[in-house]
Amino acid sequence: MIKVQNLSKTFGPKIAVNDISFEVERGEVFGFLGPNGAGKSTTMRMVTGFIPPTSGSIKVGAHDMLEQPIQAKRLIGYLPENAPLYADMTVHGFLSFAAEMRGFTGEAKKKAVHRVVEMCFLESVLYQAIDTLSKGYRHRTCFAQSIIHDPDVLVMDEPTDGLDPNQKHEVRALIRHMGEKKAIVFSTHILEEVEAACSRVLIIDRGRIVANGTPDELKRKSELAGAVSLLVSVHPAEEVRAKLSPLPTVRRIAVLKAPGGGDIVRAFPKAGSKNGELARSVAEVAAQEGWKIQELHTEEGRLDEVFRSITLPETTQEKH
Amino acid sequence: MEAFHNIKTVAKRELSGYFASPVAYVFIVIFLLLAGFFTFMVSRFFAGEQASLTAFFIWHPWLYLFLVPAVGMRLWSEERRLGTMELLLTMPITTWQAIVGKFIASWLFLGLALVLTFPLILTVNYLGHPDNGVIFCGYVGSFMLAGGYLAVSCMTSAITRNQVVSFILSVVICLFLILAGWPPVTQMLVQWAKPWLVDGVAAFSVMTHFDSFQRGVLDSRDLLFFLLVMGFALFTTGIIIRGHRAG
Repeated sequence: MIKVQNLSKTFGPKIAVNDISFEVERGEVFGFLGPNGAGKSTTMRMVTGFIPPTSGSIKVGAHDMLEQPIQAKRLIGYLPENAPLYADMTVHGFLSFAAEMRGFTGEAKKKAVHRVVEMCFLESVLYQAIDTLSKGYRHRTCFAQSIIHDPDVLVMDEPTDGLDPNQKHEVRALIRHMGEKKAIVFSTHILEEVEAACSRVLIIDRGRIVANGTPDELKRKSELAGAVSLLVSVHPAEEVRAKLSPLPTVRRIAVLKAPGGGDIVRAFPKAGSKNGELARSVAEVAAQEGWKIQELHTEEGRLDEVFRSITLPETTQEKH
Repeated sequence: MEAFHNIKTVAKRELSGYFASPVAYVFIVIFLLLAGFFTFMVSRFFAGEQASLTAFFIWHPWLYLFLVPAVGMRLWSEERRLGTMELLLTMPITTWQAIVGKFIASWLFLGLALVLTFPLILTVNYLGHPDNGVIFCGYVGSFMLAGGYLAVSCMTSAITRNQVVSFILSVVICLFLILAGWPPVTQMLVQWAKPWLVDGVAAFSVMTHFDSFQRGVLDSRDLLFFLLVMGFALFTTGIIIRGHRAG
């Protein structure tokens, strides 16, 4: 549904977006991840046709955003950053306006407004002026506007920014639900959000794509992925380390203090070792030696670690 | 057809925005009070004993000088400040449709304020036998003048997010449009400039074109002048907005 090729944008001497390409199909929820100022908003503004790119092409459905902007924009629903709204209008007035701009009139307009009001739980504030609303309601009003024409493509810039945990949960559930039938692109800098809602993730940093894959694929890039952690409290950690080090499957052993007392001994697998191989060999040794083990599990890898390691290349990483 | 629908939708929203806030009511009351004050107290409408509205229209270029930029200053600066411009221009609408829609809404609003001065027409018709053709012409001229100023305000409001800056800029430009044909200014120019230059500058003045409306002359050249001012200012608005978007 969305095809972006070699997209670049410069503001004066500053390169905001540098040669980005990606594709989003129907049924995908595409998470746009990156530190603040990485170029997420700029990319979204180009995709939705608000600002023209310096170079590159954007295709939405069958339409090129630069050559047929009106046709392309018809397919898109857009929730801009900070959910801007006409403050002097009522929620109903604003949504009616949005529906009319999307070509609805008469009964169809009423139906479209009614549908999003129900979906976004806006009944109680329908005739209230927007500038008297709380942030959560304002956000939902702007969100309602973006889905009023049931668009094939939904672009959302930090859709959960400024919401309370319950609202965040609701929005994520809504994104996942709608992602079954639409192509959704949303940006965030919250990692749990990506794990909770995305089927694919793109990490950008300083205007460049630095990683692209499913959340699981990215997690596997983590150094931690596949490591086996043992929580031992009776045996001295150094003894455990000495026994595990010679194993052919182990590359390196780290010892950490567990937050609840005791030590965590973490064995990192050799490159190319098979799934579960390391855990099995560690468990065997533990059984032979008769260690009292409180916990043994294989680490999945953490997205925040991957995120930091690729967006902060200069700083040395903490070793686990 | 679709362009018309889009322009109408934008204009309707803009107009409802005026009446949802106190802006509309304050503006209309102030406009009517000031127009009345100048007509009756300063121009001494009754003492003149003439069945015409010259005493009323003569003040319009000066009245509009401050009141029209007050209406137009928020047109685009507000959209940029609130970020709603991003919302509006990512909807399936062209930039010029948005510009024209917002302009027409404000122009209609000014027209409404002007229509509300109708008791004056009733008054002169009750007191004497005025030439209603001349009065009609005067109203057309006044409406065109308001449109010209408004287009300039629309342009300055696109330049900045700050409404005060937008207001001052448009007052200055409108003042220039008035003064260009004002005798003290033209006489100053005559000292050193060639006659064609003096005439050229004077031709830019809204005063010369506004005056002929007041004399009851509905000249296509005067209409064209105001339409060109509006066209030029709105076209420039489009360029400025495109410039902001391109970064």
